[in-house]
Amino acid sequence: MSVHVSPLRVYVGVFLALMVLTAITVGVAFVDLGPLNNVVALGIAVTKATLVVLFFMHVAHSSRLIKLSVVSSIFWLFLLFVFILADDLTRGLLGVAGK
Amino acid sequence: METTLPTAELPERHYLNQGQGIASWLLTKDHKRIAIMYLLGVTFFFLLGGIMAMLIRLELLTPQGDLLEPDTYNRVFTMHGVFMVFFVLLPVVPAILGNFLIPIMIGAKDLAFPKINLLSWYLYMIGGGLTMYAMVRGGVDTGWTFYTPFSSTYSNTHVMATAIGVFINGFSGILTGVNFIVTIHRMRAPGLTWFRLPLFVWGHYATSLIQVLGTPVVAIAIALVGLERLFHLGIFDASRGGDPVLFQHLFWFYSHPAVYIMVLPPMGVISELVAAFSRKPVFGYRIVAYSSIGIAVLGFLVWGHHMFVSGQSVYASVVFSVLTMLVAIPSAIKVFNWSSTLYRGSVSYETPMLYALAFLGLFLIGGLTGVMLATLGFDVYVHDTYFVVAHFHYVMVGGAIVSFLGGLHYWWPKMFGRMYPVFWSKLSALLVFVGFNLTFFPQFIVGYLGMPRRYWQYPAEFQVWNVLSTAGASVLAIGFLLPGCYLLWSLKYGKVAGPNPWGALGLEWTIPSPPPTENFDGVPVVKGEPYDYQTGEEIFGILGKEAHVV
Repeated sequence: MSVHVSPLRVYVGVFLALMVLTAITVGVAFVDLGPLNNVVALGIAVTKATLVVLFFMHVAHSSRLIKLSVVSSIFWLFLLFVFILADDLTRGLLGVAGK
Repeated sequence: METTLPTAELPERHYLNQGQGIASWLLTKDHKRIAIMYLLGVTFFFLLGGIMAMLIRLELLTPQGDLLEPDTYNRVFTMHGVFMVFFVLLPVVPAILGNFLIPIMIGAKDLAFPKINLLSWYLYMIGGGLTMYAMVRGGVDTGWTFYTPFSSTYSNTHVMATAIGVFINGFSGILTGVNFIVTIHRMRAPGLTWFRLPLFVWGHYATSLIQVLGTPVVAIAIALVGLERLFHLGIFDASRGGDPVLFQHLFWFYSHPAVYIMVLPPMGVISELVAAFSRKPVFGYRIVAYSSIGIAVLGFLVWGHHMFVSGQSVYASVVFSVLTMLVAIPSAIKVFNWSSTLYRGSVSYETPMLYALAFLGLFLIGGLTGVMLATLGFDVYVHDTYFVVAHFHYVMVGGAIVSFLGGLHYWWPKMFGRMYPVFWSKLSALLVFVGFNLTFFPQFIVGYLGMPRRYWQYPAEFQVWNVLSTAGASVLAIGFLLPGCYLLWSLKYGKVAGPNPWGALGLEWTIPSPPPTENFDGVPVVKGEPYDYQTGEEIFGILGKEAHVV
C-alpha cells in the first residue's frame, strides 16, 4: 500500500489553523453569546478535531476501510450523545407525583 | 467416546519447552505462552476476589454485623466487585482461551501484533498491581461502580489508585480487541471464509468490537472522576452546574456492554462444546454468528436500564426498557439453537459437556430474570436488592466462569498435552452447579422479599435464605478449588492426550498437543464447513500437500 506524504506546508497550515481556533475559543469565552455559548464552543472544538483527524492522523489520504472505521466510531459517539440527551432533554417533562 | 489415546506420546518439541527460564516467558511473543501467563494472573485475582466473597458470605451468615466493621464490609464488597469484574470476568475467556486458540483456529502462526499482545498482559498486571496496592493501603468503598458524587467528592478511601488501576487495565482490553479484530480480518487460512469460522471466533470478534468502541468511554469517565477529585471541576457536582447522573451514563455506556464482553466469548465456547459432544453441526450456524453481532450492537443501546431510579427521564427509561427486551431475542436465538443442536445428537456427557449443560440452565435463569428487570415497574421494586445480585451472578458467573471451566476442560489436553482425572472433574462440575444454585437462588427470594444489597446486617427473618446462600458458597468454593488441584496434578501425572482426545473437528485438533511454537508445519487450508460431524469428511489440509482448495 502506498503511503501518502503531505507537504510540510499542509502541516504548518493545519497547526496555524488550530492555534487561531484556540485563540478564538479563549476570546469567545469572554463574550456572553447566550444560548449560542455552547454551540460556538462545540463548533470550534469539532472543527479542530476534524482537522487533526483528517491531516495529522492521515485519514484524508487513507483507505476506505480506515475511513469507514473512523465514521463508525463517530457514529458510536453519536449514539452516546443521543441517548444521554434523550434523558437530559426530557427530564421533568412528566411531573413528579406529590409535587 | 474415547477420552484418551493410550499409545499417544508427547511431542518432542512444543511451545512449553522452546525456551527455558523466567525470561523466556516474560519476554515471549508466543500467543500460547501469553495465554498461560494470563491464566496465572486471572487465577490469582480470582482467588483474591473469592476470598472477599467468602468474607461477605460469612458476615451475612448472621443478621447482626458481627464479623466485619461496616466500613470494612463496604471495602470488601467493593474489592470483590472490582477484582472479579475487571480482572477476572472481562479477561477470563478472551485473554486465556481466545489468546491461545484464535490464531490456531484460523490457521495462523500468531496474533497480528505479538508484541502488543505481550504489552496487553503487562498492562493487565500493572493495573491489577495498582488495584492491589489500593487494597493493601486500605481499599476503596464506593462499590465497583464508582458512582458520583460519593466517589468524586465524599469517599476518603483509595479511589484514585483503584481508578488508575482499572483505567490502565482498560487499555489492556482495547489492545487485545484490536489484535483480535486485525487477526481475524487479515490472517485467516486459505479457504477459511467468514462463514466457515468456528463460532468461538465469531464470539470473540463481536466482543472485540465492544472492547474497542466502549472501553475508551469508561476510561474517560474514570479519568473525569479523578480530575473532579483533584481539581474539583464540578462535572458531576450538581451544586456547580454538573450532573452526577452523567457519570452513570458514561459508566454504563461501557459497563453494560461489558457484560456482553463477558458472555459473548463464553457463548462461543458453548457452541464448540455443544457441537463436539453432540456430534452435530451447530443448528443454524449463520444465525448464531449473526446473533453475536446483534447482541454486540443492541447491547450498546440498553445501558439506561441501570438507571431507572437514578432520576433519569421516564421517557428515556421507556426507550431503554424496550431496547433491553429486544436484546433478549438474539440471546434466546442462541439458547434455542444450542438446544436444537442437542436434539437427536449423539450426546456424550464428558466433563466439558457437563459445564456446557450447566451454562444452558444458568444462563437461561439469568437471562429470563434480566427480562423481568427490564420491566420498569418490577425493576423499581427490586432495584438494589439481592434479586439484582442473583440475576447478574447467574449471567456473569453462570455464563463466564462456568463456560470458561467447560472450555478449560475441553482445551486443557490441547494446552498441556495431558488428560485430567475424569471422576474428580465430573465431581467438581457437579459441585459448581449445585453450589452455584444453592448460593444464588435463595438471593432471588430474599431480594424479592426486600433485602437490599451492600448492607452488612439485615432483619432476622431473612437469615434462613442467607444461611442457605453461605452454605452454597462453601460448596461452590470446593467446586472451584478442586480443578486447581487435579489440573495441576495432571500436568505431571495425567495420561498423555494425543492430538485429538475428543475426536473433535477444528484446526486446533489437527496439530500436536501441546502445539509447536509456530502452530502449523505449513499453511493450512480449509475445504469444508465447520462442525461437519455428520459427513465426517476431512475438511483440512496443508497447502502444497492438498490439491483442492474450495
